[in-house]
Amino acid sequence: MTPPAFSPVALRFENIDKRYGGLLALRGVSLTVAPGECAVFAGRNGSGKTTLLRIAARLVRPSRGSLSFSNSSCDDEKSPVRPGFVAHATMVYDELTAEENLLLFARLQTVSRPERRVEALLEEVGLSDRRASLVGTFSRGMRQRVAIARALLHEPAVLLLDEPATGLDPPGVAWLAEAIRRLRDSGRTILMSLHGESEISSLGTRAIRLDAGSVVADTRTGATFRSVLTFADA
Amino acid sequence: MSLFPNALVLLGKELRTEFRSRELLTTTVVFILIVMFMFSITFQPTSDESRQIGPGLLWLAFLFAASLMLQHCFLREQHNDTLSALRLSVSDPFAILLAKLAANTLFLLLTELFLLPIFALMYNVSVVRVVHWLALAFFLGSLGISIVGTALSAISAQARMRELLLPVLMLPLLTPILIVSTEVTKALFDRAPYVRWQGIGFLAVFDVVFLTALWLFGEYLLEE
Repeated sequence: MTPPAFSPVALRFENIDKRYGGLLALRGVSLTVAPGECAVFAGRNGSGKTTLLRIAARLVRPSRGSLSFSNSSCDDEKSPVRPGFVAHATMVYDELTAEENLLLFARLQTVSRPERRVEALLEEVGLSDRRASLVGTFSRGMRQRVAIARALLHEPAVLLLDEPATGLDPPGVAWLAEAIRRLRDSGRTILMSLHGESEISSLGTRAIRLDAGSVVADTRTGATFRSVLTFADA
Repeated sequence: MSLFPNALVLLGKELRTEFRSRELLTTTVVFILIVMFMFSITFQPTSDESRQIGPGLLWLAFLFAASLMLQHCFLREQHNDTLSALRLSVSDPFAILLAKLAANTLFLLLTELFLLPIFALMYNVSVVRVVHWLALAFFLGSLGISIVGTALSAISAQARMRELLLPVLMLPLLTPILIVSTEVTKALFDRAPYVRWQGIGFLAVFDVVFLTALWLFGEYLLEE
């Protein structure tokens, strides 16, 4: 990966509630993720993992509570922190080529010298030779590579990965694990949601289990780390 | 101020994806042709009757075509959750709405441009002398349809009965545009054509008011 052009950033969720109509998706979630930490969120479907990550991405407004990045509040429109977000939906256009997709988002994010940045990222995710192919013709693994490249366009200090391995075959998961390892080692703060233990979850430095919208376990130590992830999968 | 540069980049994307597939424009043009042909063979109007009922028919066809076209406006963004990617990328969410609005207006105008000569031939109405005034009326009317339609498309895309919801919400709200655009066009189709400035003024005010409302509240339309 290219040398980082960011300062490490911490995230603080304070007493976050999120209500969708009558459903309380998150209940009083409070936690701080330290700069450079790789936090893995585990939990059953509907436990609130995706909602929490979408709040961190500022795609969803919390019903109560606040989110802040290091010393800047997320409510501050001038906040320089703009997380990179990868979800199980690829968030790229099937009707555009890999290069067109990345150039589009690079220009929207006012990335300097977008053509160069896109070229470098296509090289990094191993899609240089398919740059002119429509994303709609790609396999799931290739689409996910484009999605990761899109999330990295602006060199984010914080990376949010919402079940990034969904639908990937074993070589795809291995590639993703290696990519996340390099991103973690570059000093980025990473929050990712996963289903159970995997090659990717082993990259985490912290495991947090959510159940019915609340944090029910939070550990950094080896033995309990594994149980937090596996219990969630039970 | 990255609003306009962002909107331009997004407009480029809208045009590129549409002209690559041509799905929307082709479907809309075919739909309006069928409607105009069916009206023509059902009523078989004389030239005078065409001047009377033609403008209403034309604007009704445009309105139906717009509701067909606008269905896809935000549904396309839901397929791969690209709307989230756009929201994460732009500093002002109004850029997304502005680009959609510009693209919808442009597509609607292109459809109208294609269909006007066919209408004139089919209904035996002369439009050559007033084509510039027609262009103004079509622009203002289409802009109004697109402003309201784009906002409602953003709302309905997140709803369950989205295919039904858009026309149900859109058609009543656009009734003033339909009535006034029809009156303005009828005056231009007259044997002694004239410009209804009151109607043109109404269309311009309608566009400004709804565009301002979209600018003020548009951000909330895109939220989850």
